Amino acid sequence: MSIRVRYFASLRETLGRNEESLSAEGIATVSDVWRCVSGGKPLPDHLLCAVNMEYSEAGTAVRDGDEVAFFPPVTGG
Amino acid sequence: MASIELRDAPFLPYRELEAFQAALPELAGRYGATASFVGSLRDFNEGEAVSGMFLEHYPGMTERRLADIVDQAREHWPFLEALVIHRIGQIRPHEAIVLVAIWSAHRGAAFDACRWIMEELKNSAPFWKKETLPEGEQRWVQHNTDGY
Repeated sequence: MSIRVRYFASLRETLGRNEESLSAEGIATVSDVWRCVSGGKPLPDHLLCAVNMEYSEAGTAVRDGDEVAFFPPVTGG
Repeated sequence: MASIELRDAPFLPYRELEAFQAALPELAGRYGATASFVGSLRDFNEGEAVSGMFLEHYPGMTERRLADIVDQAREHWPFLEALVIHRIGQIRPHEAIVLVAIWSAHRGAAFDACRWIMEELKNSAPFWKKETLPEGEQRWVQHNTDGY
């Protein structure tokens, strides 16, 4: 199981990285991905997430090769 | 049809609107209404002077989300053309950040689709603003103001 995990804006700065590759077994959902990259923490309510560039929920399933992104509320326009 | 574009350099929204319309001779006589919205960078925000802004985005998802928003609008309002241009990168006060323009047969669809696209863009297109204050300090904009 290999997942590309990406971070944007203030979250990217807080974590000090743009992205990483996650290779682990037992990852079924977006919240599992977050737990793996955050050292076991639950996904914060205010963060948004996307799987393969579509908005997703914490419980959305992830598969090998997916791109999962986490980011703060958007502020364009 | 629709044209959706991200720009990493300043653009003149009314010139873009005029040029886009001039390149659509087949629509001449078919539209009776054109509605447009231009969002520009203020030189103040939340009580403080702002000297610049950086607009980060999620390449790929941004374009996809904008296309989806315009497609969804078309399901609700019968419009002939849509033009969306959004800046990315470093922006200075007074520069345009976004242009949304809609051409339709009647004003209702033009006004409503333009407004709806703009609100959806602000709510869901993956852009993030980082302001620079006059002293050089930078801060992320935490949330957008309500449009309604």
